[in-house]
Amino acid sequence: MEVEAAKAIGAGIAMLALAGVGIGIGNIFASLVTAVARNPSARDQVFGIGILGFAVTEAVALFALLIAFLILFT
Amino acid sequence: MAAEGQAIDALGQFTLTPALGLLGRSVNFTQANLFMVIAGVLILGMLYLGARPRAIVPGRLQALAELSYEGILKMCTDQIGPEGRSYFPFVFTLFFFVLMGNLLGLLPFAFTYTSHIAVTFALAILVIVVVTVVALRIHGMHFFAYFFPPGAPKVLAPLIIPVEVISYLSRPLSLSVRLFANMVAGHVMLKVFATFVVMMAGAGTLGVIASVAPLALNVALIGFEFLVAFLQAYVFAILTCIYLHDSVHLH
Repeated sequence: MEVEAAKAIGAGIAMLALAGVGIGIGNIFASLVTAVARNPSARDQVFGIGILGFAVTEAVALFALLIAFLILFT
Repeated sequence: MAAEGQAIDALGQFTLTPALGLLGRSVNFTQANLFMVIAGVLILGMLYLGARPRAIVPGRLQALAELSYEGILKMCTDQIGPEGRSYFPFVFTLFFFVLMGNLLGLLPFAFTYTSHIAVTFALAILVIVVVTVVALRIHGMHFFAYFFPPGAPKVLAPLIIPVEVISYLSRPLSLSVRLFANMVAGHVMLKVFATFVVMMAGAGTLGVIASVAPLALNVALIGFEFLVAFLQAYVFAILTCIYLHDSVHLH
């Protein structure tokens, strides 16, 4: 197999990690909406934590993207 | 631009070239340095010009300076407690440096200096060094008890301590990679869709009509990148506050 083809396949497989990240982000915002629906006055308190949780989970997705770029370009 | 014959050149936009002619070539002053200087001038200008009119009912610029000051101060004192005031200048500088880096890159022909791992890793190493030095100064040698949480059974210590140390050392890595990869991914997507627009528009009249679709997507993507710019700056600052809270209190 050529190196270029193997690199492309490796980068594609690295992107399978995004399935878990998608579930995680959906989880965070589902619980955020549920929390606000149960107690609308808590919106300001939970919103900051929800956004922080979203950003930290998205970082995992970007780790996977970083590995894919490393595979493709070095 | 892109090479339509082979792959789309998405990563070429991040290479550094000397910026200011002779000055640039002699001291290697690149676009990243230029935009860092522009960001510094903009932040200092906003604060100076915003603090000058001392009106009781603030105008727009004064309100911007006051709101940003109070917002970051509130974030510091909420996260770290009353002694958070002493770390406020550090967090304020970090937040605005990262925010300006992210935002300035969205202008046409501009450069995003936070899209380089060198810049974001330097910022993250700075954060971890400051956090560790603060902890050592406040708690002395008791700082190392942080890696063994109080309620844990002692037999698990050889398992828990390496895990805790590794997770502490991975903090600068995650801070830097989060910011850097967000910026790179955003700008790569913008470049790829812009290349689609040009490629489709070059393919005849039907192509020109069809090229409106990636153009509209690019417009939406720029809006999304504005959100990501603010979000990533906020997350960088608030994680710094959380690490400072850990080093000031739970040791």
